[in-house]
Amino acid sequence: MWAHYLPRLVLYVAIGSVLVGLDVGLPRLLNAYLVQILVFVACNIVLATSLNLINGIAGQFSIGHAGFMAIGAYATAWLSTTHGQRLLAPYEGQRLEPLLIVAYLVVLMFLGGLAAALGGLLIGLPSLRLRGDYLAIATLGFGEIIRVLLLNLEPVGGATGLRGIPQYSSLFLVLVAAVVTVAALHNLGNSVHGRSLLAIREDETAAEALGIDCAHYKTSAFVIGAFFAGVAGCLYAHYTQFIHPRSFDFMKSIELVLIVVLGGGNLRSVILAAVAITLLPEGLRLVKGALHLPFDPRMAIYSALLIAAMLVRRERVLQAVLPGRKGGGLRE
Amino acid sequence: MDSVSDPALLTLESCTVSFGGLIAVDELSLQVRPGELVSLIGPNGAGKTTVFNAITGVYPLARGDIRLEGTPLGGLPPHRVARLGVARTFQNIRLFRGLTVLDNLRAAMHHGSDYDLLRAALRSRRWAATEARLQAKARELLGLFELEGRAEEPAGSLPYGEQRRLEIVRALATGPRLLLLDEPAAGMNPAETQRLMDLIRSLIERFSLTILLIEHDMRLVMGVSDRVVVLNHGREIAAGTPQQIAGDPAVIEAYLGEPTH
Ligand SMILES: Nc1ncnc2c1ncn2[C@@H]1O[C@H](COP(=O)(O)OP(=O)(O)OP(=O)(O)O)[C@@H](O)[C@H]1O
Ligand SMILES: [Mg+2]
Repeated sequence: MWAHYLPRLVLYVAIGSVLVGLDVGLPRLLNAYLVQILVFVACNIVLATSLNLINGIAGQFSIGHAGFMAIGAYATAWLSTTHGQRLLAPYEGQRLEPLLIVAYLVVLMFLGGLAAALGGLLIGLPSLRLRGDYLAIATLGFGEIIRVLLLNLEPVGGATGLRGIPQYSSLFLVLVAAVVTVAALHNLGNSVHGRSLLAIREDETAAEALGIDCAHYKTSAFVIGAFFAGVAGCLYAHYTQFIHPRSFDFMKSIELVLIVVLGGGNLRSVILAAVAITLLPEGLRLVKGALHLPFDPRMAIYSALLIAAMLVRRERVLQAVLPGRKGGGLRE
Repeated sequence: MDSVSDPALLTLESCTVSFGGLIAVDELSLQVRPGELVSLIGPNGAGKTTVFNAITGVYPLARGDIRLEGTPLGGLPPHRVARLGVARTFQNIRLFRGLTVLDNLRAAMHHGSDYDLLRAALRSRRWAATEARLQAKARELLGLFELEGRAEEPAGSLPYGEQRRLEIVRALATGPRLLLLDEPAAGMNPAETQRLMDLIRSLIERFSLTILLIEHDMRLVMGVSDRVVVLNHGREIAAGTPQQIAGDPAVIEAYLGEPTH
């Protein structure tokens, strides 16, 4: 028993200590702006690795991941502004408060994840019938519907966004969430479940012929991927304290797709790409200021990167982008 | 309880498959007994592959009935048919080309797992034990097919003959009772075909299998089959032992004197 788990326990305690160190040390070394960027990096790692489960491993092309993040963010932010804050108010300033906040946030992450997973189930079901570009359009539509719904939902601020969300999340918690997500998704890839998803990506007809219930597994990929996106949304909302439908638009989904494509389906590369692509706009902000560009150059740069990725690693990218291309029938 | 009355493992009863106006399989009846190796032969477009697709639930039957040890397969999706113990290979090899040879096999062994998602995510002890067991079993199977040296290579990079063999082991890895092989010797040279023939025969004993084989290579068919069923235009035109079939005028006519149409 102990022999099996002890090495990992040691590893996790070590990782945890490093994270605590970062959490205590970094805010002192870095200004709030840099800490916030690190929070965004960690959020994007959670988002990108979870999208990688859907796009990279299961080979289902989703370009609506920001929609799942939005569900998690809005559901939990609404809960906190309407109930959570009041619930925790009596403990303000007490020694117990930080612990209660962490406990509350953990529960909230689960709730946000579950709400998003429900959305994943909703979009996973049509994915059983749709392939390739049709599925992509369906997920895009899903993301847009969520955004437009939120834009018109007055109880959560509508077009003015949702303000006054308590800052319960912290760099430490976001980093822990990122580590847990990466570990869970990595382990999942190395299991019967992950291999079934890979088999579906490679050849759905063959997978089905081996007894793999493709409908079940494809839906599960959407549900699990959406769950983690919802968790990221919760952490994001409770860090920035302000969310707006704009934060979860098509551009955000494309950013995540780009990360997965650049990462080529490999978990480690996806993490690296997530770091790079999150830092990119910050770098651009500086450039934009220096060059006096009248527009936001992000879309142009994302497109250029996508094209470059296509040219450099054609095979992997095609696999991620056009999963349906060899999934056809048996009439060959 | 009453399986004595139905000694066949696989029964097809007046099965018809049509694509729009085209009748690909026409009122076909067929019985395969446990441990038998039955070959399905016929000219191109005779409907052989369509029979496999009907058995495995890929195409629906317009009429008729398919049973596996008395269990009706009609209407079941392919993965359910597979779980009842029917495995197949494809005429145009369908490997998981981007996965390693070992993972192709392990993907086929998903039914042998007894851990859930949470245990997988936490790498529990049960996960570790099951994975070790699956891995050992996969390697043992690869050894039987002389593919152990390829375990870590991507399946798509294997030479053609080995890809064909890998597809057969992958089907075996599901632990089937009935194995459907669609032209396993296609594209192989005579020496490879001979080795494959011996291998296929040995499978029946070793895995207590029953095999339905589609093959164009007559030497292979005549060498391994217990019985041969000849299809033409979706209909059975002859059935019997290899010797009976070889001399059947209808068969010779179907192969040599394709009527113009
Ligand atoms: N999905 C499909 N849609 C329409 N027609 C089909 C389909 N699958 C097969 N057919 C037609 O059904 C007939 C039988 O095809 P099938 O593939 O079963 O032949 P076969 O005996 O396996 O031939 P071959 O020896 O060339 O593999 C052919 O006329 C074929 O064109
Ligand atoms: Mg055929």
